[in-house]
Amino acid sequence: MPQHDSAFATALALILDLDPTLLGIVVLSLQVSLSAVLIAALLALPLGAALALWRFPGRGVLVVALNALMGLPPVVAGLAVYLLLSRAGPLGELGLLFTPGAMVVAQVLLVLPIIAALTRQQVEELHLEYREQLRSLGLSRLRMIPTLLWDARLGLMTVVLAGFGRASAEVGAVMIVGGNIDGVTRVMTTAIVLETSKGNLPLALGLGIVLLGLVGLVNAAAHLVGETARRRLG
Amino acid sequence: MNDMLQVHTPASIAPLELDGLGFTHRGQPLLSDLSLRLDGCRRTLVLGPNGAGKSLLMRLAHGLLPPTHGRVRWQGEVPRQAMVFQRPVLLKRSALANLTYALAVHGTPRLRRRTLARQALERFGLGALAHRPARVLSGGEQQRLALARAWLLEPRMLFLDEPTSALDPAAIKAVEDAVTDFHWRGTRILMSTHDLHQARRLADEVIFLCGGRLLEHSPAERFFTAPATPQAAAFLRGELVW
Repeated sequence: MPQHDSAFATALALILDLDPTLLGIVVLSLQVSLSAVLIAALLALPLGAALALWRFPGRGVLVVALNALMGLPPVVAGLAVYLLLSRAGPLGELGLLFTPGAMVVAQVLLVLPIIAALTRQQVEELHLEYREQLRSLGLSRLRMIPTLLWDARLGLMTVVLAGFGRASAEVGAVMIVGGNIDGVTRVMTTAIVLETSKGNLPLALGLGIVLLGLVGLVNAAAHLVGETARRRLG
Repeated sequence: MNDMLQVHTPASIAPLELDGLGFTHRGQPLLSDLSLRLDGCRRTLVLGPNGAGKSLLMRLAHGLLPPTHGRVRWQGEVPRQAMVFQRPVLLKRSALANLTYALAVHGTPRLRRRTLARQALERFGLGALAHRPARVLSGGEQQRLALARAWLLEPRMLFLDEPTSALDPAAIKAVEDAVTDFHWRGTRILMSTHDLHQARRLADEVIFLCGGRLLEHSPAERFFTAPATPQAAAFLRGELVW
């Protein structure tokens, strides 16, 4: 399996040489996925918490829909954003298609349901425990949201990481709305697809290893933060 | 602590009237047709066998649950209230942060919160545990922290739902002392317990519930020496009543 050996060698060489093209791809990948996760979390955390606290007609449907959207195929999300942002689309004026901005939008669409659905679950459980005490303190449901989100923070970190995993792993959405343009919208996953189809397997595998390493690094950092907090809070 | 004692002591607390109060859950009446009036700043102990509706009465009176029948009515301005639960619910933060949180909710200016919280911790013998996570404290310490939190809210009416049922004697003593302190500060107290000795130690008056009904509401001395109902008499003799 000389090809696999050379894949590791290629990966190592890519990293050690600090290949500028690779560096550009890595930076763009992280920029896109981290922005998407950040935006999605800012929207989805309060949304999930609100869904946990309020009872209203149609809530069940919304919860099921959100759960189902966790499995939204990236290509479908990509297609939807593509139609939205294409010249003839309702948001065509923005000229976002085939820019990193469009990729962020598509990934937000993928990550938001995951964070919202899992947040709802976690906050609902915590709320069951805290409800009487918080009401006794005179808190309205709106004011309970930050309290519950903060006290669920350890679990929610894992939730946000799951969102980041989804964003950094998907290829369908960024391929469609980004277009895999060299130096503009090429990210790790689309680069791997391209190199594979070109038959440049060592480079594709090398990129794959770098991607895995990056995801591992982000998760390790989060784990470290979580464990420290857990030990401090008991 | 004395400065805190003086802050909020208007002459009287609005009387609390429960008017035909009832609570039905899935067709099952858990509390029915309960009417009584609490005034002054007495210590009222709620007694009764398990399932008599003691906790439910507390929750309805405190406003945590809406009654299915009847009304909870304050004759005048609704006073500041607090409740201490059987199992203290503490936030996943340090002991100190649990108190500053309550003060923040209460609207205390940021700069004063730490000082007040510190004082309350000292008062309840938790000074050394300020930075410990509240959730890893012992049961007795957690309940003392819950009492300290209630103390900071300066309630005029305090509800305690079997606050000592899971505690050892030393911790029970601490809770009872705290109840007495609240009483001296001019707080009306409604506390449920299944410990008759505790009721004898603390009660100014007694509410006796059985099977979701109010059977007696009388001064403690009369209740303990001459209960008016056979159920209460049996309960006082230590017989099983339901």
